[in-house]
Amino acid sequence: MAENITNKDIVKEENLVYKKTDLLTDKALSYCPGCGHGTAHRLVMEVVEELEAQDKTVGIAPVGCSVLAYEFMDIDMQQAAHGRAPALATAIKRLYPEKYVFTYQGDGDLAAIGTAETIHACNRGENITIIFVNNGIYGMTGGQMAPTTLPGMRSSTSPYGREVASMGNPLKITELVAQLPGTYYVTRQAVHTPAAVRKAKKAIKKAFENQKLNKGLSFIEIVSNCNSGWKMTPNQANQWMVDNMFPFYELGDIKVPEE
Amino acid sequence: MAKVKGSIVVDIEKCKGCEVCVPACPTDVIQLAEEVNGKGYHYAYMANPDACIGCANCAIVCPDGVITVYKKKVDK
Amino acid sequence: MKELRLMKGNEAIAEAAIRAGVDGYFGYPITPQSEVLEYLMLEKPEERTGMVVLQAESEVAAINMVYGGAGAGKMVMTSSSSPGISLKQEGITYIAGAELPCLILNVVRGGPGLGTIQPAQSDYFQSVKGGGHGDYKLIVLAPASVQEMYDFVELSFDLAFKYRNPALILSDGAIGQMMEKVEIGEQKKRLTDAEVKERCPWATTGKDANRERNIITSLDLDPNKQELFNHKLQDKYKEIEEKEVRFEEIQTEDAEYLFVAYGTSSRICQKSVQLARAKGLKVGLLRPITLFPFPSKRLAELSKQVKGILSVEMSAGQMIEDIKLAVNCNVPVEHFGRMGGIIPSPGEVVEALEQKF
Ligand SMILES: Cc1ncc(C[n+]2csc(CCOP(=O)(O)OP(=O)(O)O)c2C)c(N)n1
Ligand code: SF4
Ligand code: SF4
Ligand code: SF4
Repeated sequence: MAENITNKDIVKEENLVYKKTDLLTDKALSYCPGCGHGTAHRLVMEVVEELEAQDKTVGIAPVGCSVLAYEFMDIDMQQAAHGRAPALATAIKRLYPEKYVFTYQGDGDLAAIGTAETIHACNRGENITIIFVNNGIYGMTGGQMAPTTLPGMRSSTSPYGREVASMGNPLKITELVAQLPGTYYVTRQAVHTPAAVRKAKKAIKKAFENQKLNKGLSFIEIVSNCNSGWKMTPNQANQWMVDNMFPFYELGDIKVPEE
Repeated sequence: MAKVKGSIVVDIEKCKGCEVCVPACPTDVIQLAEEVNGKGYHYAYMANPDACIGCANCAIVCPDGVITVYKKKVDK
Repeated sequence: MKELRLMKGNEAIAEAAIRAGVDGYFGYPITPQSEVLEYLMLEKPEERTGMVVLQAESEVAAINMVYGGAGAGKMVMTSSSSPGISLKQEGITYIAGAELPCLILNVVRGGPGLGTIQPAQSDYFQSVKGGGHGDYKLIVLAPASVQEMYDFVELSFDLAFKYRNPALILSDGAIGQMMEKVEIGEQKKRLTDAEVKERCPWATTGKDANRERNIITSLDLDPNKQELFNHKLQDKYKEIEEKEVRFEEIQTEDAEYLFVAYGTSSRICQKSVQLARAKGLKVGLLRPITLFPFPSKRLAELSKQVKGILSVEMSAGQMIEDIKLAVNCNVPVEHFGRMGGIIPSPGEVVEALEQKF
């Protein structure tokens, strides 16, 4: 009888359906509770595991909350100066064309201080993957305004809300790089629900496979929450993201290769 | 008729009590415990274990990857 | 048969890079060193040796490409001139902090700011005292001829890999642009990826089952560990100071006065030594070849022999500070220099000596 079955009967190696990938180290993540960085890290490592590419992958960590990504991802990694990850990735990929090379960057890192490195790596069509975690804010330094902060959105350096007239417009860098001939695959994803996570993982996998096929640059934006910076609980932050971020940063593919 | 029964194991000490797994569960299995773990977080647990179908939704949204999921076919 | 070629200093650097088996060059145009990138593009090193050559979008990108390549264990380099080298400082301090080998060439022009495109030596402090933030040093080599431009490429890489430290060739617009005969070395094979793994077990070559993952970073948030790391760096610099000092002496045996000059200034001073001796002044020249490590010991010895030292630099007087530290007030040390892109004449230097002592 099903009702008699106990958890003990179910929790057995042969019944395992899901566990954290071994390519994440056992170190507890340094991220705030509910922060999307953790999920994004996991997806990248799951893809590397599925491709059996641990020995063929080099990752570049940014400056930002994910500066310590190398503590959590069990692959060879380099930690770049703020915004410069695509430059490091460019050289590594050109020197090791058969390796998978990816950058993992926040929105301040990629779309403010690193704009030039981002655009030119994209424009050259470097055969790499860029994972871009957009949480609309500078998380690490305490919630300052980012290039991606929404109009009217509060941050510690736009305490009355981002006033576009004086502070400028939020930058849709993903749409911008999609214009460049060097980008092969550009998509915007999220990781706040199971369905979103599954889609995001597919996109990341496609991006890595594109490297194998020498297709050029794949750019994966992940719209994520910074619940600490936004001063909300994680679930509130995810809801706020759905209500406010997604209308501006629409999810879905922006540039899909013609097959 | 074959039915599926699931179960999850939460790595209590690594759970940050963020509650993201709670709305992700289609069958309302998970709640946060009254008690706290070593870091002071109310950790996730199966408040309604019988309802678990082993879909892994909770595990794949858990930012800290602390949920392991099992499932077994059982005959009615 | 030795192969001799008439080359510009900048071209010699580029040819030396190909022949030394360098894996990657990343640059951005700026006068007076653009010939390095131009020569490399013309020579198609990707066909000759498989070397990667890329014109980056900026000096910032170029040095960070070097950072990436160096972290992956490859022989990589960049070149620029003063304003571009200022931009590279961010990358250089990261490279030093991550203890990575690489080569940076500075073909110095006059500053500050956009300054001039004419030769100068006003980037001495920036080169030998670190240049970016934090306590670090570069291994700094100062060529005085086109031949040395050529030879120092391989020497720099040897030192850089030996100590896991960035090396800088501090040249100037005159040596970069002048043409001289150069003896060209044999073509060396670039290391295979397996050889890179062996030489650089710390590099990000892909984590296999045999080792822990490799991490290239300059970050340690634990102050105790960060202090320990800084001590380790300082020990390394001390070792470099003990083992790697290089200099040349000209007519110092009987010298009563000493010129100290490097690079283009040292070429002028060679002539000044002759002029002074013709006038009956017993003058010698000490030419530092390594600016870090600085030939302090030898200077201290010479300070017991001579009556005065003239530091001759194309700057307002920067190296003079290291000379003064080395001789510790044993003997008067004076500076003579021209700035703004002007090379002093040998006669001027002798006049300055006569005036100051
Ligand atoms: C050159 C430089 N300027 C500024 C900083 C300070 N800083 C560290 S992280 C950061 C912003 C990171 O924000 P983002 O890229 O959006 O990543 P997040 O922390 O939100 O994940 C800044 C400005 C730095 N480390 N280096
Ligand atoms: S500050 Fe924001 S981005 Fe950083 S870990 Fe916390 S929630 Fe995540
Ligand atoms: S999502 Fe993970 S960390 Fe958050 S409460 Fe659930 S189990 Fe704990
Ligand atoms: S496995 Fe599915 S049903 Fe079971 S607790 Fe997790 S989300 Fe709920």
